[in-house]
Amino acid sequence: MDEATIWLIAVRDRRDREAFVRLFDFYAPRLRAMLARMNCTGAAADDVIQDGMLRVWQKAHQFDPAQASASAWIYRIVRNRHIDIVRRDARPMPEALKVEGPPEPDPGEAIALQAEAARLRAALADLPPEQRRMVEMAYMGELSHREISDETGLPLGTVKSRIRLALERLRHSLKDLRQT
Amino acid sequence: MTIRHHIPPRLIRAYVAGSLPASFATVVAAHVSLCDECRARLAAEELAAGAILDSLEPAPAPEGDAGLRERLLARLDQSPELPDEAPPERMGIYPGPVAQALKGRPPRWKRLGGGIRQAILAQDAEGSARLLYIPPGTAVPDHSHGGLELTMVLQGSFSDETGHYGVGDVEVADESLEHTPVAGPEAPCICLAATDAPLRFRSLVPRLLQPLFRI
Repeated sequence: MDEATIWLIAVRDRRDREAFVRLFDFYAPRLRAMLARMNCTGAAADDVIQDGMLRVWQKAHQFDPAQASASAWIYRIVRNRHIDIVRRDARPMPEALKVEGPPEPDPGEAIALQAEAARLRAALADLPPEQRRMVEMAYMGELSHREISDETGLPLGTVKSRIRLALERLRHSLKDLRQT
Repeated sequence: MTIRHHIPPRLIRAYVAGSLPASFATVVAAHVSLCDECRARLAAEELAAGAILDSLEPAPAPEGDAGLRERLLARLDQSPELPDEAPPERMGIYPGPVAQALKGRPPRWKRLGGGIRQAILAQDAEGSARLLYIPPGTAVPDHSHGGLELTMVLQGSFSDETGHYGVGDVEVADESLEHTPVAGPEAPCICLAATDAPLRFRSLVPRLLQPLFRI
């Protein structure tokens, strides 16, 4: 498991402030870089980061490492804060997954998903700079209508195949949840 | 229910990036509410977004992040618990995000002629989301699209030149598609439709009526 996920679990299970400080020190400057790509800078960016990280502390009990990596979970929280605070736009979200009874924690599923996340990070690190910029734009830039409509998509190569394998993993995990 | 027509991956990615207009995001959220395949894809795209976040070049504040960290740590124990974001609940045939757009009330249908009705959920400069009600066996006038249109079936079914669409299925139409959807015979077809441009009808009369109907 990557360090950030271990820190987040420590925050979740033990309200560990030191682990939370480590999460903040790692993510605050990266979240600022992400928000700058979304044209959110200065005091507005600080507000989004502070509000998002407060939510990370308060909602840590909802984090499930079988469903998301720490970075994916934090990404989603901060993206939502950006839409709510800065864009003030409607933010439709899906219904909760309906499963019978609370899901049992499954260490095997969690380890497998975190391993996929690590391989995805490694594949991203291997991208040539030009492709990397395109990938960053697709996930963190303002897309034009043409880019959204473009059928050809991204020339992602190994990154795309890693996303597909992560998808397989999550598909199985959902199926297991449905059967419990 | 077998869903055959899914949200294209690039639109799920744009939803994850937060860069979809709200009207399209409503269709994505409604489809994901019904479709485990696209729910898993959404989680996989978020995993990718998280991996990118991890690998970004850090951009600390010019004066450093210690001040922001102190302000945040001071809030940890003092701030009241933020309310949970309750995911929206389904209402009859309407998936949670649609029920939310309806504010929990039944749709206020307006007649469009030919037995077809619509209820506008939201519209702004970026596009519109609306519900369409098409009586069994009825054809919607031949039309093409100025931009992108997503249509998701909530009740009944429809067929057109591109295939058959049942509950949960999403049709993606763009400039290149001219089609005449016909509702299935089994029940009135109720759809959620989102566009980022007005529809263009081919025959003259519907085109003249278009501003009136706002479709």
